[in-house]
Amino acid sequence: MTGNLDLLTATLAKTRAEGRAALIGGLPAGFPTVDGGVTALRAILDSGADIIEVGLPHSDPILDGPVIQTAVDQALRDGTRIADVLHTVRETHAATGKPVLVMSYWNPIDRYGVARFCAELAEAGGAGCILPDLPVQESAHWREHATAHHLATVFVVAPSNTDARLREVTAATTGFVYASALMGVTGARPTLSTSAATLVERLRRGTDLPICVGIGISTPAQAAQAATFADGVIVASALVQTLLDTPTDPTAPRRLTTALATALHQT
Amino acid sequence: MFDHSFFPAAKHGPTADGYFGEFGGKFIPEALTAAVDEVAAEYERAKVDPAFTTEFEHLLAHYAGRPTALTEVPRFAERAGGARVFLKREDLNHTGSHKISNVLGQVLLTKRMGKSRVIAETGAGSHGVATATAAALMGLECVVYMGEVDMARQALNVARMELLGATVIPVKSGSRTLKDAINETFRDWVANVETTHYVFGTVAGPHPFPAMIRDFQRVIGVEARTQLLDRTGRQPDAIIACVGGGSNAIGLFHPFLDTTARLIGCEAAGHGLTTDKHAASLSAGEPGILHGSRSYVLQDDEGQITEAHSISAGLDYPGIGPEHAHLHTTGRAEYRPVTDTAAMRAFRLLAVTEGIIPAIESAHALAGALEVGAELGPDGLLLVSLSGRGDKDMDTATRYFSGATA
Ligand SMILES: Cc1ncc(COP(=O)(O)O)c(C=O)c1O
Repeated sequence: MTGNLDLLTATLAKTRAEGRAALIGGLPAGFPTVDGGVTALRAILDSGADIIEVGLPHSDPILDGPVIQTAVDQALRDGTRIADVLHTVRETHAATGKPVLVMSYWNPIDRYGVARFCAELAEAGGAGCILPDLPVQESAHWREHATAHHLATVFVVAPSNTDARLREVTAATTGFVYASALMGVTGARPTLSTSAATLVERLRRGTDLPICVGIGISTPAQAAQAATFADGVIVASALVQTLLDTPTDPTAPRRLTTALATALHQT
Repeated sequence: MFDHSFFPAAKHGPTADGYFGEFGGKFIPEALTAAVDEVAAEYERAKVDPAFTTEFEHLLAHYAGRPTALTEVPRFAERAGGARVFLKREDLNHTGSHKISNVLGQVLLTKRMGKSRVIAETGAGSHGVATATAAALMGLECVVYMGEVDMARQALNVARMELLGATVIPVKSGSRTLKDAINETFRDWVANVETTHYVFGTVAGPHPFPAMIRDFQRVIGVEARTQLLDRTGRQPDAIIACVGGGSNAIGLFHPFLDTTARLIGCEAAGHGLTTDKHAASLSAGEPGILHGSRSYVLQDDEGQITEAHSISAGLDYPGIGPEHAHLHTTGRAEYRPVTDTAAMRAFRLLAVTEGIIPAIESAHALAGALEVGAELGPDGLLLVSLSGRGDKDMDTATRYFSGATA
């Protein structure tokens, strides 16, 4: 079975044709439970998200702030395994037909085996992987297998990257470019950083890929603002927070997702 | 006073992309790429700049107090098979451990890069105290991240850092020890990289940290090689150091790589390798990626890093520097596990036979020396790194010897 890179690309082309930014929602797998997570992800897609990012819980999430750390710690304490992540991808995609990516730090995939991971992710209907700590110069082996299985390779670029580095990274990217809105870890911020628009503008000069902005976007107003210059808006911590606030209701992210989607349809 | 050989030629690596054999590299978020590349570029310029080397050597001599003494310990050596044992006295450095040499190099680099703030992780507090000290000396703002567990067991060092004007931030995530303190320091760096240099404390992390910190610590071995030759007229048979991330060990080993001396790193075996309470990354770990480089790590079958344990906060780390992983793989160095019990026995033995109270980290090397001395017998000549002094450990030691377990 082949992965769903083409579905991801088509989804981003469609939202672009509609003149709006895509909404990408994310949660770590296994949170609040494996089944609860699937319910929550389906609720996010059913209430207006276009694409899902499923976090592969890792013991050392150095690019994540306290909210995602809390969720990931809980998922790992409850024994979440890579099989559960793949199960989450499969169920979420099968139920909605929408593109589902995995976001993972590199060591779990390295240890699991790149070939095996790509094959199983494609088989589960995954669309690709966001790789926040795999440097492009170490990514040849991954990209070989990702390409063979039609999986997207998404790196996370930052405002501090030089233009030359941005070109090097985007040249190896498929699906979309993940642009970090700010210099910092995941988590809510009071305002959208001004560095986000500048970074997207710099990226546009070197690539035709869709550019999605994430890290530090939590409110409909911030999403609407980012949508004025980006092809997609990525929200994870704020959705996790709804589940931390209402642990007994796995559909808790629904209201925020609806508000985010509405904001993106109006811009 | 020194030759410049503690900035070695490229012969022993790493490669330009930071590899020692198959270990090392730069596994970092893109947000840090520019900063890490800036450190590498500035370090390449600094190490061939006479103004930098002169100032570094001046600080080592007149601030840190180098060269440190080489002390023969005959009464201790009676328990080490009668071999001759010499201790390289890194405990006599200002601030009480080898960590100051690396920190002085890095704060000079911070100044050259025009940054005004330094951050650091610390386990035992030795590296945190050294960083707070150098920051005070240079007028830099300093923030130190320390696991909650370590703040409790190294309370004296917390008080020292605060007196020196540093802010100590307790880390409550994960293991609440060194590993998570490093995670938190990386998170700070990502957010503040424009003003801030991360003074990494050991020879791990992304390139160029393992190579640069080795070079700053190489002075240990450069001095010891001359001192031991002066005193004994020969090279040592075995060179022994404790290994947390591996900075005191690589500093001592490196100038001896081209000799026939055995290089022996002592890893913390905690309650023993048959339990899950140890920190022996080479003896019991497998290749993986932690904190920016590929090396040996303690991990489960799906790449989750597992918690380490050691009575010594400075060795309580599930990783090890990539150059050690390489020396282990090539067989040039050997790594042995030393349990809490063996380390504490050696800790007390050095105190009562020689009047020197070692850091519990260093006591792991002393325990290794007792074993190796017994293997070599009376003709053996051992060079051992006494990486730090034990004042910070008095609480832990008192509780340990009164029968309470750590
Ligand atoms: C006195 C002392 N020795 C050794 C170590 C271990 O570090 P490394 O392996 O980098 O020398 C520490 C770390 O805190 C220390 O404080």
